[in-house]
Order: sequence, then structure tokens, then C-alpha cells
Amino acid sequence: MGNKLFIHGYDAVGYGALNAGCRHFFGYPITPQNEITEFFARELPKRGGRFVQTESESSSASMVFGAAAAGVRVMTSTSSPGWGLMQETISHISMCELPCVIVDVQRGGPGQGTTRHAQTDYLNATRGGHGGYKNIVLAPSSVQECHDLMQLAFYLADKHRILTVVLADGILIQIAEYINADPIEYDGLPPKDWALTGFGKKDGRFDQIHSTRGLIPPIYKTVVEQLHEKYNRISETEVRFKTYEADDADLLLIAYGYVARCAEEAVNMARSEGLKVGLIQPVTLWPFPYAVLNEKASKGSRFLVVEDSMGQLLEDVKLGVEGKSRIDFLGMSARHVDGELGMIFPETIFKEVKRLT
Amino acid sequence: MSEQVSARKKEKIYDPRRYRSNMPNPACAGCGSPIVCGMIMSALEELDVIDKAIVVVGVGCTGMAFFGTKIDMAFCAHGSSPSVAAGIKHANYDDAIVFTIQGDGDCAAIGAGYLVNSAARADKITVFMCNNVNYGTTGGQMAPTTLLDQVTTTTPGGRDSQSHGFPLHVPEMLSTIQGVSYSARGSVSSAANYQRTKKYAKRAIQKQIDGEGLGFLEVLSACPVNWHMTPGDAAKWIDDTVMKEYPLGEFTNGQTRK
Repeated sequence: MGNKLFIHGYDAVGYGALNAGCRHFFGYPITPQNEITEFFARELPKRGGRFVQTESESSSASMVFGAAAAGVRVMTSTSSPGWGLMQETISHISMCELPCVIVDVQRGGPGQGTTRHAQTDYLNATRGGHGGYKNIVLAPSSVQECHDLMQLAFYLADKHRILTVVLADGILIQIAEYINADPIEYDGLPPKDWALTGFGKKDGRFDQIHSTRGLIPPIYKTVVEQLHEKYNRISETEVRFKTYEADDADLLLIAYGYVARCAEEAVNMARSEGLKVGLIQPVTLWPFPYAVLNEKASKGSRFLVVEDSMGQLLEDVKLGVEGKSRIDFLGMSARHVDGELGMIFPETIFKEVKRLT
Repeated sequence: MSEQVSARKKEKIYDPRRYRSNMPNPACAGCGSPIVCGMIMSALEELDVIDKAIVVVGVGCTGMAFFGTKIDMAFCAHGSSPSVAAGIKHANYDDAIVFTIQGDGDCAAIGAGYLVNSAARADKITVFMCNNVNYGTTGGQMAPTTLLDQVTTTTPGGRDSQSHGFPLHVPEMLSTIQGVSYSARGSVSSAANYQRTKKYAKRAIQKQIDGEGLGFLEVLSACPVNWHMTPGDAAKWIDDTVMKEYPLGEFTNGQTRK
């Protein structure tokens, strides 16, 4: 206790990774996450770590692939167009089951889009690229959570031999808040005895990390089934979400990231007028908390999905609710101005809540 | 040299199967890539660094022979091997000998950006590129190294410079980059060329042992099936025709500037 700092989201990501023991970062500049890359360029050499500014996000992801295969805690950070470039290697990382962490600071898309905040990578992050795989996706909604979820991300990555994505946005990374910057203790993890270090350090044992798994035994279908057994296990055990005033709520707001903070404020406004409104905030976007939404829908709660896109989180809420209850949507069109600076403010959400109740 | 060391060396030189598993050789008859694999393995043994060796295999036939070796291996996305190798090297805090084995398509087409930037960064790795002047795995399409007028499945009328571009000379290009400590081209088309090229391979790996920047070796390598030739004719075609476009030799052999 007592390690209290007033810092930006980008530095919270950095300190969270350092507290998790990450000493390798490979990255490429892209707005609005440049300060994360600059954090590691500044801090890692002091700690004996390795920082490389690469020539592209493809190369960053490939270096992450290599370092993860060699068994160290490694990460990169990017924003939406760079996230797109990394998709190829992310699929290879998933086939090879390499534990590592990638931070995607979402900005507006599609294409080059804007360099400001948005939540338009949700479906890509939770559904993935070519070949059918899953990554754990964590969504912070405060500077504190940027710090804490980075540590959780490295733990879950090592626990399950999987890529963990931290899906932030331009606002979270650029705001400053007080945080407690202490390391978090986790349970023991399996040794990385498969890491590529040369057989001399492993008593003659050699390892092959194959993105063509299935070409040599175990054969292809078995590999795919084993991967999906793991995904099912994670779906059953690693779902995380937060609730706020949700117990007796007739109307439940569903939101993540910066929008969840605005939604929480809207709940306060509604409660002060006696309206039974609450918030369910998924922390793991994959695996998604479908069950809690289904249970609330069965009990008669209605839903208002609020997100800074034209409707992506909305798809998962529909899958959870299974048509048992009404779902309304407040998206990017509710931004307070039309330009790239537009945000979905608590007042706007509250107005929609009043219209619906 | 002590008796013990001399006995160890003998054992390594005279037992080439020590680091080979029982996996069958995946290559077509007359393919150059298993020869290159054997050459690199014996170079690593003779330099006494095989226990620290990690190979990064690129997409294509080229590296498949390494599936049957008993050293640490990563198989990664098409073209990205130099970056993957650099990541492995950093993660081992330089205490490893990391090399890539790539084809000409993997290295000089889809992976050209990775290779050039890895070279510019003076990454402490070694890159081996097998050049068989076409895409072998996919069935004989044009590669960046395909000769002018050469017929491939995507240049049915022969490679035309104005439509299909010119052959790319990779070691010559890399020799202009300050981060490169070694750059050469060899061939495994004859016993004499093999011996010469193995010396190049050892020099390229030695640069990494010495902590120098990227070492690069291109090896002209036969692809009889896609060239529609017998293995003997393919080797002769390398010596008579391919070498006119791609002369053997060392283009850089020095120290990278600090």
C-alpha cells in the first residue's frame, strides 16, 4: 500500500506491465498510444530490459512472437490501423499458443479514420482474424484499471498460454487519475519449460514451436479441437464483469471502457430521481458475461447498450439476452459534437434513460 | 588442443546424424534445401555453438528439412523471420545463436521489408536465403529472383522486365547497409561449391558469435521438379545459367560500425 501516483493512462499501462515483470517491448509509433511506446523506450533500458522501435506493427507483433516463444513476458501496444496490421501475426501467435500481451488503444475507424478515441475495434478484437481463434480481451475503464488489468493480462496469458488483448481507448489512455501502483500477487504458474533457449540450457531437450501445427503429429483436427477445448475452459472460468446498482434495476445499462464511466454517472443521475437503473460492465469482452445478462433478462430487466461505435458490443448483448427482453441502443450518433472530439456524455445517456423509463 | 576436445570434435564431424530425428526428409529428389540444412548444421557443430542454436523457419519448402533436426525451432508467419529471430535473440539477452532459413520469396518478396530493416538495425542474427529462382511450395510461380525470360506458371511467356520486374540481387543490396557485417552468395550445386559455401556459412555465423550485426548468406539451390529438369540437369543449369545472373562471392566481410 501507499504507492499512490497521479498519472496518465499511458503511464499506468507502463507501470502495470513493469509490475508484472515485463522487460521486453517492441513497438511502432501511432496516435493516440505514442506515450506508451515512449514510456518503455525510457524505462526499460534503466531496468536491463529490451526496447526496439520497429519498422511496422507487423514487425512489432513478429518480435513479440519471437520473444514470447523464448519464454519472457513481452508486449506491444498500438492503435486501430496498427492493430489491423498485427492480425496476421496474432493468428500465428494463437496457433502457437504463445503467451503475450497486446494493448489496442482504439481510435475512430474504419481506415485511417481519426486519431481520437472510439470503440470501433470491439468485434475484431473479440472475434479475431483468419482461421478461427480466440484471445482473452480485457477492457479497463479507469487509469487504475489500466494499471491493474495489465498485470491480470500477463497472468492470464501465462496461465492459459494465450494472447491477452487489453482493449483501451484514446480517452482512457490520455486522462490522468490517482492510482495505487502496487504489484498484484497471483497464484503460481506452470514453468515455461518449452521456451526456445537452445537445447544446451534444457539438458538436451529441444522444442519446436510450429505455426504449421497439424502438418506433423498431432494431426490438424486434433490441434484445432485441443485449442477449442482450451477456449471452452477459459469461457467457463475467466468471465469477469462489474455491476453498479444492478440488483433491483428495471433498466440495465451495458457499457465498457470510457463509456462505462459516463454510464455510471448516468446511473447516479437516474437514481437521484428515483429511477431503478443500474450498470453491468463487462471486464472480459472475451469471454463475454453472457450468463448474467441472460439471468437478468429472465427476471424481466430491460437493457440499454451504450458504446462509442455504431453497434458492436450490441451484438454480444443480443447473444446473451436471447430475445428474452427488450434491448435499446445508444451509439456513436449520440456524440455531443459531430467532429472527432465528440463523446457520449452522462447527460445524453440520462436523457435516453428518462425517455425509456 | 586437449585429447578430450579433439575427441569431441571428431565425434561431431564423423556423426552427422547426431542432431537428426527420425522424421523422413520432406524434400523432392534433387532439392537443394536439405543440403543447405545439413551444411548449416555441420557449420554450427564445427563452431561449437549448436547447443545454443535456435532456427526460425520461414514459410516455404526451404526450412522443412529443419523439422527433422534436434535443435530449438520456431515456424512463423510468411516473411517475418528476421523480426521473430530478433525477438528471440533479445529475449535470450543475446545468449543464443539465432538464425533464419528462408526462401527467396519469403526473404526477398513478402519479407523484404523485414529483412532490410533488420539489417539496418544491425540485429545480431544470421539470415540464410535459399534461392531457387521460383516459388517451389506453391508450384513454380515467379519469384523476385526469377531470371529474365525464365518461364514460370505466372510468367508463361517468360519473365519480361517491363511487365514482371527485374531479378533482385539480395546480398549485393544488403552490402550497402551499414548494419550488415557479412553478406555473400554461394551454391550447393557441386561438391566444390558446397565446400566454398560452407566456409561462407561459418563466417556468417562467426559474425554473430562475435556480436556483429546481421550476417547474410544466399545459397543457389536447385528445384528440379518445378524447373522440369532431372537433378543432374538442374545442378548444371545453376552452374551454367543462374550463376551468370547471380555470381558467387563475398560482398561484405567486416565489422559493423559501432
